[in-house]
Amino acid sequence: MNTVVIRIPTPLRSYTQGIDEVRVRGNTVAEALQALGAAHDGVLARVLSPDGEPRQFVNIYLGSQNVRAHKGLQTPVKDGDVISIIPAVAGGDDDKSQGPQTG
Amino acid sequence: MTLVLSADLRALLERWVRAGYPHETCGLLSGERGSGCLVIERVVQAKNLNRERAHDRYEVDPLDFLAADTEARALGQEVLGVWHSHPDHPARPSEVDRAAAWPDWSYVIVSVTGAGVQDMRSWRLNGDNEFDEEVIQP
Repeated sequence: MNTVVIRIPTPLRSYTQGIDEVRVRGNTVAEALQALGAAHDGVLARVLSPDGEPRQFVNIYLGSQNVRAHKGLQTPVKDGDVISIIPAVAGGDDDKSQGPQTG
Repeated sequence: MTLVLSADLRALLERWVRAGYPHETCGLLSGERGSGCLVIERVVQAKNLNRERAHDRYEVDPLDFLAADTEARALGQEVLGVWHSHPDHPARPSEVDRAAAWPDWSYVIVSVTGAGVQDMRSWRLNGDNEFDEEVIQP
């Protein structure tokens, strides 16, 4: 088993007691994420869909590479690798604005 | 929560937003947590991957997020939020913004028209998954 670091983005740190990176063991990205989920309840459900794939609004990077461009979650990891959970950051304007009306 | 955004950083955002008009521009806010406030130390502009609807949609390039996150961590900071422009629309979050928003981040929206920047406001999801406005102070 290799030891890797998983970087936790701010929106998911409520699941990791505020910790910004978690060190786990695994041979693939999937194993590392499962280890993260075993250590911190609830975080995996925000990252993976029920079928076990990355959610639509989450990207998983190994180093600077999106794992979708490789073997997905089965991408192998090496000792010292860094996995980043990257929230999709998107939006835009439309005519249905939210929030209180202001002056 | 109060968002502390210096006049210099605010001016930088306004410059990028004006330069990007009539397209949406977007990026990230990094800094540190204070007592009851978030102190923004750095703003970065990201590539908008949504080319087809660049006038009313944005999608931050994940590589730009990765770079901002890496730099913030190296400085002992964190990515605390997102900024984007609303060309010819108010600085209020849309339903599109709300549906895509993450908790515990500030969302700064800059309203811009052909005449220049009209407004800048910051928003944060509450427990009901709706946006509340937060104060921006220099």
